[in-house]
Amino acid sequence: MSSLPPSSDSLSAEHPLPATKNKSKKLLLVLLAPLALAGCQVPSFGGYKGVTKTANSTFHLWQGFNLAAIVVGGITLAVMAWAIFAYRAKKGDGSIPKQTQYHIPLEVTYTVIPILVVVGLFVATVVVENQVVADPTPSATINVTAFQWGWKFTYPGTKAVVVGQTTASPIMVMPVNQDVRINLVSSDVIHGFYIPEFNFSRFAQPGMVNTFTFHANNTGLYSAQCSQLCGLYHSLMYFRVDVVSPSQYQAWISSKNASTSARTAIAANGAIVIQDNPGIPVIPSHSNGAQ
Amino acid sequence: MTDVIDRPVNLDSDDQGPVNPDHGHDHGHDHHGPSGLVKWMTSTDHKVIGISYTVTSLTMMIIGGAFAEIIRAQLVSPTSTLVSFAQYNELFTMHGSVMIYLFVGPFAFAGLANYLVPLQIGAPDMAFPRLNLLSYWLYLCGSLVMLSGFLTSGGAANFGWVGYAPLSNVTASPGSGADLWIVALMLTGFSAIFSGVNLVATIFYLRAPGMTLFRMPIFTWNMLITGILILLAFPILTGGLVMLYCDRHFGTHIFTVSGGGVPLLWQHIFWFWGHPEVYILALPMFGMVTEVFAVFSKKPIFGYRGMVFATISIGALSLGVWAHHMFTTGAVLLPFFSAMSLLIAVPTGIKMFNWIGTMWGGKVTYSTSMLMAMGFLFTFLVGGITGIYLASPPIDFFTHDTYFVVAHFHSVVMALVLGAMSAIFLWFPKMSGIMLNERLGKFQFWFLFIGTQVFTFPMYLVGLKGMPRRMAVYPNNPSWQSLNQWASVGALLIGISMVFFIVNALYSFKKRVPAGDNPWDAQTLEWYTSSPPPAHNFVSLPPIHSERPTWDYNHPDHLSLGHGNKEKAKAGS
Amino acid sequence: MKKESILFLFLGVFWGLMGVVYWFWSRDVTGAVMLAGSVFLGLIPGLYLYYWYRRSGYHLRAEDRPDASIEEGAGVIDAFPDNSIWPMIFAIGCMFGVLALVFGTWLAIPAIAFGLSAMIGFTAESRRGGTT
Repeated sequence: MSSLPPSSDSLSAEHPLPATKNKSKKLLLVLLAPLALAGCQVPSFGGYKGVTKTANSTFHLWQGFNLAAIVVGGITLAVMAWAIFAYRAKKGDGSIPKQTQYHIPLEVTYTVIPILVVVGLFVATVVVENQVVADPTPSATINVTAFQWGWKFTYPGTKAVVVGQTTASPIMVMPVNQDVRINLVSSDVIHGFYIPEFNFSRFAQPGMVNTFTFHANNTGLYSAQCSQLCGLYHSLMYFRVDVVSPSQYQAWISSKNASTSARTAIAANGAIVIQDNPGIPVIPSHSNGAQ
Repeated sequence: MTDVIDRPVNLDSDDQGPVNPDHGHDHGHDHHGPSGLVKWMTSTDHKVIGISYTVTSLTMMIIGGAFAEIIRAQLVSPTSTLVSFAQYNELFTMHGSVMIYLFVGPFAFAGLANYLVPLQIGAPDMAFPRLNLLSYWLYLCGSLVMLSGFLTSGGAANFGWVGYAPLSNVTASPGSGADLWIVALMLTGFSAIFSGVNLVATIFYLRAPGMTLFRMPIFTWNMLITGILILLAFPILTGGLVMLYCDRHFGTHIFTVSGGGVPLLWQHIFWFWGHPEVYILALPMFGMVTEVFAVFSKKPIFGYRGMVFATISIGALSLGVWAHHMFTTGAVLLPFFSAMSLLIAVPTGIKMFNWIGTMWGGKVTYSTSMLMAMGFLFTFLVGGITGIYLASPPIDFFTHDTYFVVAHFHSVVMALVLGAMSAIFLWFPKMSGIMLNERLGKFQFWFLFIGTQVFTFPMYLVGLKGMPRRMAVYPNNPSWQSLNQWASVGALLIGISMVFFIVNALYSFKKRVPAGDNPWDAQTLEWYTSSPPPAHNFVSLPPIHSERPTWDYNHPDHLSLGHGNKEKAKAGS
Repeated sequence: MKKESILFLFLGVFWGLMGVVYWFWSRDVTGAVMLAGSVFLGLIPGLYLYYWYRRSGYHLRAEDRPDASIEEGAGVIDAFPDNSIWPMIFAIGCMFGVLALVFGTWLAIPAIAFGLSAMIGFTAESRRGGTT
């Protein structure tokens, strides 16, 4: 631990702070370290790599933000820890330390650098954001209607309808490697269409359709649920997303066109199963009474 | 009677200091005013009102905290049946509502602020004492009205503390609990507005001679900006509440689609209030810890002017970020709000570095107050950084309405609670004339600080895994259980810290260790007068030539930079 | 009073600029209207304060001058009302008033009773200078 700065009786606020030199050395080390690590895998920091193209971009943005946070937060934490531990008054030491009140160059530095960091984060954000909100011509379209307390998926141009409440967890079937447009709306209160592994959520609102596009890279069955408080059974408003190959998708659409059932349908590994699962009994949506 | 007050004048600048009346705790005795219950009901003394607000809001903290402990107990297992779905919705709604509307808000802008602002600027009271008392009574009445929702047959409000339309309309949420919530907020809203009026008027018109704007303590500066934000934001919330009430009962269709209304409008109105509100909560606490850092480092505040400009910037920018709470609506201008939200991190960062700079090169004492402030600094760093993530819409798309957001704002508000405790340990001696116990305080600190981290970090992780907020049960995801259990342990530790706090208060009032005028060798004007201050605050005032008049008076060898002092310093005193 | 007015004027102008950028970029009426209202919140007090500063002859009060001494502020500061029961009575009246919105018009009766007595009490108190 370096020695404490000598206490002084005279006012000399013009003198630079003692540890400025140490701070710029630390800064350089921290900036160089990521370059050294560039060969290694960047950790996921708890995020999902993502199933869709935009989910991947979002994931990389997430990683970038985390790296920036580690650098900025790390430096801040280091100087914070230094300030907290290095200047602890020794017992019985009643002397008055140097009464430094300002240091303009330093203050300007820690105003300008955060502005630059923030601008960088903003630019990265806008690049990814434009990808996420992009609206290409889709190969498939799904109309999603949220309601208290379940989901309905209809496929315009076909007779396919999937509907289910709460723990029935209805499945939204969609093709992989194609642009799929979702038109999202609610028939009562606001719900949240949230698919964790798609790194995505969007509000389903009454009277206002939200449109967005998914381009899935991987097949699989992904869990999802409502994220915006919508009343009594908000905790159980599950649904799933089944990303299947385009041929399986077409086969499923054909089977739905042929069948008259609107019950929850599960497509797994190409096998098409119609399952009757109404989920737990649900109080009609206009009541919010106690259980 | 109305007191016509004279300015306390030092006839001789070598005066030894104020004539020190009794160290007792009877505030009104000089004037033979009422005591006890009648004093609580009628005193317009800002000190009495400040203490009333502080005690009432801390009681609300305990009530809101009790709701939180039940919530965390429910979440210990994925399919717990401790409370029903309906009860759970009431619990988190009222937890958030009590904590934000009834605890942190009033504590921040009316508790310590009422007590300290006149003292810090050398004034005998707030500008409008009866309005001040009205503010308190509206707040108390509003609190009782909101909590009375639990006594109705349909239970208390259950649509979240933000009350989004259409969930809050009369079809989805019938029952008087919801209406009681709405009208209670009208009462507390006007309470806040009147407090804002008092703050701005007092700071503009009642400063002592020589107390220029740029010599005011940072806490007072922050209260000025908070007052302006209150005047700006609260009327908008009140307007929105009136609209919601009309939709519910007068058949209007402001927020209902079937009548041509727009539910999104509620969110715009609510968050235009809601975001300045969080700065209304934060700025006072920032001001409080700023004083603590200076006092316990034995140094002036580093970068005073930078702090002032940062506070004004935060106030100004806070009006342009509201829709970052609405990124997932698909209906707001994403880059504008993203840019403004990222930008507002800059002045907050400046403050953080100034706090660090205040400690730097100082002689730091690890009192309970200082430990709490250091805990605030760390916790706010975590909360602030996670806020920056949320300012990026693509990241917000997968974290919105998940436990990541819950963890972010709990990091921030627990930091504010640490700041509030720091302030209480600093100013309790001034307000009561006795000291709080340091040993018990340190136990409280460690439980509060460690509890906060144990509480928030698992919530960040479980939110990233995909756990949405406001979940009563999570049956499909048993893997989330261990993280939830850790968060519940953290909440328990926080609860235990509050027990230490209450025990400390009781013990200290029993022991009565006298504090003296200035037990901490603190720097601002309130430490010049006695503990507690006499009626109308000052018997005499020291010369005011810098932002640290008491320090300058007590340490003529270590003067602060200021107009008069610069000359003295150059003369080589 | 000059710096105080500059503070409000700065905020008003800043919010005006923000509002202009916001309107032309987003064409969102709601936000633009709320920001426009905020401009008035800044400009009206700011202009008021500047007007009185000018009318006072650009007078710097003792608390505006860094070289002022405490003695300069000697004399009467203001009159500060002492203990008063009326704020509590008025607040209780407001409480009954809002409860009337929830539970029925009959609660307007105690609301008016408390509210009216408080208004009369406040006025009488201000007139004679204090509580009984």
